[in-house]
Amino acid sequence: MLTDSDLQALGLTVRLAATTTTILFMLGTPLAWWLARSRAWWKQPIGAVVALPLVLPPSVIGFYLLITLGPNGPVGQFTQSIGLGTLPFTFWGLVVASVFYSLPFMVQPLQTAFEAVGDRPLEVAATLRASPLDTFFSVAVPLALPGFITAGILSFAHTVGEFGVVLMIGGNIPGVSRVASVQIYDHVEALEYADAHRLAAVMLIFSFLVLLAMYVWRPGARKGA
Amino acid sequence: MKRLSTLIVALLAAAGVHAAEVQVAVAANFTAPVQQIAGEFERKTGHKAVLAFGATGKFYAQITNGAPFEVFLAADDTTPAKLDKEGQTVLGSRFTYAVGTLVLWSSKPDFVDAKGDVLKSGKFNKLAVANPKTAPYGAAAIETLTRLKLLDAVQPKFVQGENISQTHQFVSTGNADIGFVALSQVFKDNKLNSGSAWIVPGEMHEPILQDAVILAKGKDNPAAKAFMEFLKSPYAHAVIKSYGYALR
Amino acid sequence: MTPIEVRFKLDWPGFALDVDLSLPASGVTALFGHSGSGKTTLLRCIAGLERAGRGRLVFRGQTWQDEKTWLPTHRRPLGYVFQEASLFPHLSVLGNLNFGRKRTSTAGRIALDQAVELLGIGHLLERKPDSLSGGERQRVGIARALAVSPEILLMDEPLAALDLKRKREILPYLERLHDELDIPVIYVSHAPDEVARLADHIVAMEGGRVVAHGPIGETLARVDLPIRLGEDAGVVLDATISAIDPTWNLARVDFAGGSLWTRDRELPIGKKVRVRVLARDVSLALDDPGRSSIQNVHPAIIETIAPDDHPANHLVRVRLGDSRLLARLTRRSADQLGIAAGQPVYIQIKSVALME
Repeated sequence: MLTDSDLQALGLTVRLAATTTTILFMLGTPLAWWLARSRAWWKQPIGAVVALPLVLPPSVIGFYLLITLGPNGPVGQFTQSIGLGTLPFTFWGLVVASVFYSLPFMVQPLQTAFEAVGDRPLEVAATLRASPLDTFFSVAVPLALPGFITAGILSFAHTVGEFGVVLMIGGNIPGVSRVASVQIYDHVEALEYADAHRLAAVMLIFSFLVLLAMYVWRPGARKGA
Repeated sequence: MKRLSTLIVALLAAAGVHAAEVQVAVAANFTAPVQQIAGEFERKTGHKAVLAFGATGKFYAQITNGAPFEVFLAADDTTPAKLDKEGQTVLGSRFTYAVGTLVLWSSKPDFVDAKGDVLKSGKFNKLAVANPKTAPYGAAAIETLTRLKLLDAVQPKFVQGENISQTHQFVSTGNADIGFVALSQVFKDNKLNSGSAWIVPGEMHEPILQDAVILAKGKDNPAAKAFMEFLKSPYAHAVIKSYGYALR
Repeated sequence: MTPIEVRFKLDWPGFALDVDLSLPASGVTALFGHSGSGKTTLLRCIAGLERAGRGRLVFRGQTWQDEKTWLPTHRRPLGYVFQEASLFPHLSVLGNLNFGRKRTSTAGRIALDQAVELLGIGHLLERKPDSLSGGERQRVGIARALAVSPEILLMDEPLAALDLKRKREILPYLERLHDELDIPVIYVSHAPDEVARLADHIVAMEGGRVVAHGPIGETLARVDLPIRLGEDAGVVLDATISAIDPTWNLARVDFAGGSLWTRDRELPIGKKVRVRVLARDVSLALDDPGRSSIQNVHPAIIETIAPDDHPANHLVRVRLGDSRLLARLTRRSADQLGIAAGQPVYIQIKSVALME
């Protein structure tokens, strides 16, 4: 039913979303923790920067990424100087773009979850001999677990649904940057509506299942917690 | 010819035709020239041209689904022909308003030589090409490379823009060293804006015909007809040529 | 044992703490005061949960805080009981108890079993915190703090969040702690009855400052205590059960300077108890009242007469052998009796609260 290139696009999409989500967990968790706990004045500006991708159109983000990561951009100059070449039109370029683009979807649920944990459990842990790092892993993370689940699902789903940014810095290379959303766009542009329908249906069902899982899993839907 | 069109314009104005508005869908590559032409059109006729820019394929989908466009300046000749066949147009109104010129362009000076030998040398990181399935310039680029017997050699270096604007962006930001773009994108006032280029000779590929057509919705709009006529005026022709397009 | 040196000075918007104290390194010390007096803040400073701008804290020769030193909370050998039990909801009761114990390297002076037995929570170990009653939760909270084998136990109003019934359920456990553990306890409270029952030493606070401190017997017997206790004014006496009268179900307790009859609570002879006598339950007579419903009548000497909270009343301190008692009487009756310091009188004690 789906063509090989459709399957390749879907496989690439899943790989991109999984890689991005993994990196976001590593990056977003300490950032969210800091945003939830810090009293520094510059916490608010940092929070606003993290939220930027929520309001910026993908074309703006894609355009700036293309310039920044390109051979004349600051990041591009850096990646070239350490022998990595430039990132646009590569899988890792898409990963970098997706990490930035999906950052608020990771950080904001985590931040809310960490804030909901409050000071008291952390103080209790300190009086029970747990160091701050120990407290983080043995108290804060378990208590914020629903937030981690939400953040993971949202980041993954948002990366799957990403289109504008990928289009702008991906270069539509099969197996490298031609993800499912771009493939659908290609089908539509080429007036291959039947092909577009099939792949779009897969995406639609996937998105619905992800959101359904999230609503079922939502902390409020469970008893206690 | 010049006199004729001036006469028509004058006649239309003199006949007391009420100033009307026309909705025009324009292929993205023709953005700059059409703005200049529409300005003059409005001044001369008193009509108003409302311009929308986008990809030809997307316009097709919108038009067949009831979009309110009255005139369509496509980036190819096949889409208007298809609309003709489907009865979505005013038959007989279709004509080629411009012929696109393909150019191999780099944003760096002296990177592309006058004969395009840089393609053979392979000394570039990426070659940006518009999606051949959807963009006529992309199809022309593929045809050119096939004729040069270079397609297999350069294909691994392809980066594909969804349309000709994005392809241009890849090259202008330096992310791709070279790319096949529309001459109109890098050409103004009869000269190259920046960088270096090889203007691909017309015989290398099928001509990139850009057709205009009055859509069914514009059937009874005098402004639609007037706009089509104005596109054929010497003023419009001069503007079109100054952007590097050829004429039929 | 070397006392605990406690010196803190902190300035927050709308609140200042200025304390310089030596706390006894044994027994229960009550930090007592009305809400907003700074007692909880002082406790949090001792625990390192609040970082005072300037401070010095030396516990058994270890410096926990001075100009150069700051020992973070998790490295201070203390146990802390919060006002709400604050159990970890993601862990079972046993998981909560083990949380600190697993992280304690020192050979436990208080074994987990002992803490479980002491607080009577053996039957709750597999339960989740949200299935426990308020009183059970607080008992687990106390056992959890004890399971780290602390060298000092800090308790922040552990009973305040509980209703009277739950309080009654927990108090006996706290008394057992007092009797069976030989670690110092610092106990924050605003309830005079809790303090009278549990404390050996009292630190009275007001407006972020210490206004009185000393052994509980002495301090509560002061007629000039800066903290107004109102109906709760009274003394506590250390006493021993000395006789039981089964006919009348009465027990006699002896204290330094006298003895009292009270309801028999089936405590064995020789048992050490604490007796609380409120000022409002003590009246004075110039002559032996002879036939009276009041059984506990003793000759005593008036030491001090001082004004009480209400302008109609006087607070009178009398000496009974080596013990002191407070009596409340109206200014008019004091005037009509014509009492003065040094005068012998008879005191009649209407009611006595016996605390194990």
